[in-house]
Amino acid sequence: MTTIGVLGLQGAFREHVRSIEASGAESVVVKKVEQLENIDGLIIPGGESTTIRRLIDKYGFLEPLRDFGKQGKPIFGTCAGLILLASEIDGSYDVHLGLMDIKVRRNAFGRQRESFEVDLDIEGVAEGYNAVFIRAPYIEGVGESGKVLATYNGHIVAAQQDGYLACSFHPELTEDHRMTAHFVKMVEESKKSLAL
Amino acid sequence: MSQTGTDRVKRGMAEMQKGGVIMDVVNAEQAKIAEEAGAVAVMALERVPADIRAAGGVARMADPSIVEDVMNAVSIPVMAKARIGHITEARVLEALGVDYIDESEVLTPADEVYHIKKDDYTVPFVCGCRNLGEATRRIREGASMLRTKGEPGTGNIVEAVSHMRQVQSQIRHLRGLSEDEVMVYAKDNGAPFDLLMEIREAGRLPVVNFAAGGIATPSDAALMMQLGADGVFVGSGIFKSNDPERFARAIVEATTHYDDYKLIGELSRGLGTAMKGMEMSTLAADQRMQDRSQ
Repeated sequence: MTTIGVLGLQGAFREHVRSIEASGAESVVVKKVEQLENIDGLIIPGGESTTIRRLIDKYGFLEPLRDFGKQGKPIFGTCAGLILLASEIDGSYDVHLGLMDIKVRRNAFGRQRESFEVDLDIEGVAEGYNAVFIRAPYIEGVGESGKVLATYNGHIVAAQQDGYLACSFHPELTEDHRMTAHFVKMVEESKKSLAL
Repeated sequence: MSQTGTDRVKRGMAEMQKGGVIMDVVNAEQAKIAEEAGAVAVMALERVPADIRAAGGVARMADPSIVEDVMNAVSIPVMAKARIGHITEARVLEALGVDYIDESEVLTPADEVYHIKKDDYTVPFVCGCRNLGEATRRIREGASMLRTKGEPGTGNIVEAVSHMRQVQSQIRHLRGLSEDEVMVYAKDNGAPFDLLMEIREAGRLPVVNFAAGGIATPSDAALMMQLGADGVFVGSGIFKSNDPERFARAIVEATTHYDDYKLIGELSRGLGTAMKGMEMSTLAADQRMQDRSQ
């Protein structure tokens, strides 16, 4: 059975657990570094990126998370998770995990009153996908090996690069599990190739 | 077509705050301390509840310049309080661009009968509740997030505990009721029937419910999480302690790891003096902020 962890330091992690289980994989909330050893893939959820980063530092998650990604195990970052994955953050903010070759802008669509939902087409994943954006970041640029999966108003809002998947919106807040199912498939494939 | 201000967007914003601590601040400097300590949001105020209590008189929305200073100082969401029923204060805060409005009994109510019709706004609202009747009335008025009322500015957790337990216990009770019994329960509690049916089905509220009103220590925060709170608001507890930075960090960690008692013990060791606090029986009836709304 494929087991996907959800980083449970702060944010909407229980919703991701539900979505993973609805997509046919097992899920566990990851609060301690040791738990990373027993999972095949990881979701870094939405929440407040500054809070999650502080707790990552406090509990020594930074290097273990980087190693997890470098071992080839897939990581999916949503909203705050996308910011944590990025190799470059617009403005003066420090880079966090720096695993995925993307440049992001925080709170890029504005404050909460500008938050919105919209139907998007996500290449190879879903058409007419109800995407919920909350004080969301967007991706300003994707590296050479990366692929843009979705845009909104000309801004990149979903991308994939090797085992890394990132989106600006919150797939866990709706009953549409297609984005999570796409990640589950990525994890299943990586598990097969890592076993070889 | 994109849509702003939908239930999903407003309630979703509160979902992102789960497992976090929202701290009261009165200036940019405190806001930065809160952000640095790992707060998920700050509540910009003119005075913390303990000082509002001490000052007496009419407590109103904060000066917009304080709210703006705080918004400019941090990248985390900024909340602000409007008086209960004060439509204009709420509209002003919305126009300022605050991320969440607390229609709060900590301020002197502007309307003793009606709350703001919150679903007319693009900005989401949080409201206090002591029981399922208050919780469901606020949700139906458009609140996207709830919190216990507790008794603000007292540093005494007893009322927040009582309110959290009351709501949880009523949800458990509701789950065992038949549909005809729910109708009578709705009448007795002044609760919208259809919303009760929805909660009965789901086994939980349709919005997050944070703890607030009296949290003063890391153990208080962890206790509220243990009792089922989705996160905590800390008002006077941080900046009325003798070491706000340490208190703030310790409360954030205790909220994340609320069932790691060894860690909470460590966090509490030599932490210094918490805010002084008040015993409930010393509070005159007209000093009880939680009784300001139904």
